[in-house]
Amino acid sequence: MSTLEIAREAPGVDGPNADTLARDAARERRRLLGLSLPALVLVGLLLVLPVGWLFYLSVVDQDAYSLVHYQRLVQEPAYVTILWNTVKVSVLVTVICVLLGYPLAYLLAQLPPRAANLGLIVVILPLWTALLVRTYAWLVLLQRRGLVNTLLVNLGLAAEPIPLVHNMTGTVIGMTHILLPFLVLPLYASMRAIDPDYVRAAAGLGASPIRAFRQVFLPLSLPGLTAGLLLVFVLCLGFYVTPALLGGGKTYLVAMKIEQNVNTYFAWGASSSLAVVLLVSVGLLFAVLHRVFAIPRLFGIR
Amino acid sequence: MPGGPPVPVSHARRAWLYVLGGLIALFLVLPVLVVIPMSFSDTVYLEFPPRQWSLRNYRAFFGSVEWRDATWVSVRAALVTTVAATVLGTAAAYGLAVTRWRWSRAAQVLLLAPQMVPAILVAIGLFYLYAKLELVNTLLGLVLAHTLLALPFVVVTVTAGLASFDMTQEMVARSLGASRLRAVLTVTLPQIRHSLVSAALFAFITSLDEVVVALFISGGENATLTRRMFSALRDQIDPTIAAISTLLIVISVGLLAAAQLLGRARPAGRSG
Repeated sequence: MSTLEIAREAPGVDGPNADTLARDAARERRRLLGLSLPALVLVGLLLVLPVGWLFYLSVVDQDAYSLVHYQRLVQEPAYVTILWNTVKVSVLVTVICVLLGYPLAYLLAQLPPRAANLGLIVVILPLWTALLVRTYAWLVLLQRRGLVNTLLVNLGLAAEPIPLVHNMTGTVIGMTHILLPFLVLPLYASMRAIDPDYVRAAAGLGASPIRAFRQVFLPLSLPGLTAGLLLVFVLCLGFYVTPALLGGGKTYLVAMKIEQNVNTYFAWGASSSLAVVLLVSVGLLFAVLHRVFAIPRLFGIR
Repeated sequence: MPGGPPVPVSHARRAWLYVLGGLIALFLVLPVLVVIPMSFSDTVYLEFPPRQWSLRNYRAFFGSVEWRDATWVSVRAALVTTVAATVLGTAAAYGLAVTRWRWSRAAQVLLLAPQMVPAILVAIGLFYLYAKLELVNTLLGLVLAHTLLALPFVVVTVTAGLASFDMTQEMVARSLGASRLRAVLTVTLPQIRHSLVSAALFAFITSLDEVVVALFISGGENATLTRRMFSALRDQIDPTIAAISTLLIVISVGLLAAAQLLGRARPAGRSG
């Protein structure tokens, strides 16, 4: 409730005074909105304007409007492979994140709040650790003489070190590790909100624990799961750092192609058309996501 | 029985869940923690556990002018970004929270956009713009870009803080004769200070960790630490990075502890 509302609702304000008050209120409103102006201008100049430019660059070829950059995306096998690779890796990472994230979120949601908070630190700690540190950790762990290969060989699970890094395997492992918290956090939030009485009621009515879980708990946790998996999928689509380092230049994804087109070939048109496809896909997915889970909540703040 | 198992299942029958959950939790934290002992290894192969302990990697880091310069650039950029993003974001969040405006919702989404647009697009967009404005490889350009990226966290955190603050207190202060500015400074801001500090911590860590945008717009003597780390990692695994990573982990854990003490430790958003 702000002053202007008080002014409007105040009894006995009528006549010439009302006009002055209304004008004052309007002025104050403008000033308050002015507070958000610098931030909005910054976003407008540094984000909306350049991204709009990319849209323009994507439909221009040699100073004339043309759709040639988009045609290339569907006709050139190299681009088709990259788009297909990106979708494949994203689906794979999302599926693994669901398989690992659901049990973890479920366990945390069942624990008493104090223990759950400690458990949540385990989920949040990696988020606070620099992305490069986590990627580097996997680079070291997965290398030929790394910890994982040493363990595999010593346990007799592998006759000799397996190539785990600088390929698709390394990319998927690293991306899963980095994106898992993004699935666990919204899923945990929605599981916590499920009233345990529902499950107890099901048990009281004779449902086995498995049946109570499948018919009551699981359906109620679906919005959180959908939000988490969509978020992971969206983040996968535009991921650059981890695939670039753990993929070793062999597993090419959209973001890496955009970087290469700009830095190596100065091909702005080709980059822009890929960028537009990426942006539109991400935008659509975020719109769907927003229907399941309000975006500010996704950002992790209640 | 709050928190207890909703269905009468014994702990023994759920043992598999604890084991599975524990393993997944280890998968999340171990990779990060293993880097710490490795950074004290004496060989270039980064064995675990190291056969020979040494501070070689730390000496290499502190002895290198390039690494030191890059660290200094990152720290300066992160500090300026923290101030700029916290001030701009708090002002915006306050302005949008206290007035009802037809476009408030749209404005809020716009302020979150820098974290929703994939980092690579922000990076090439800024690169294109900065090339025209001659801001490539400048500290100013870097700070502007990082402020843009940190804004969403500040806006969301402060908006959440304001949502739990009772605005009538501000009205009371004003009815007692305080100006709006004074009411905000003496009544509102002190009460949402936890949110403000969390917001500032998010902004700092966003800037310090950021790689993709820095890869395009920071270079030369203004290359950030993460930018140099990325290049070093692409070429070969430089053991010095184990030491740098350990230092970064120590900073993250310190900031996370600070945020936990303030009761709000939920950054999310970007990966990159």
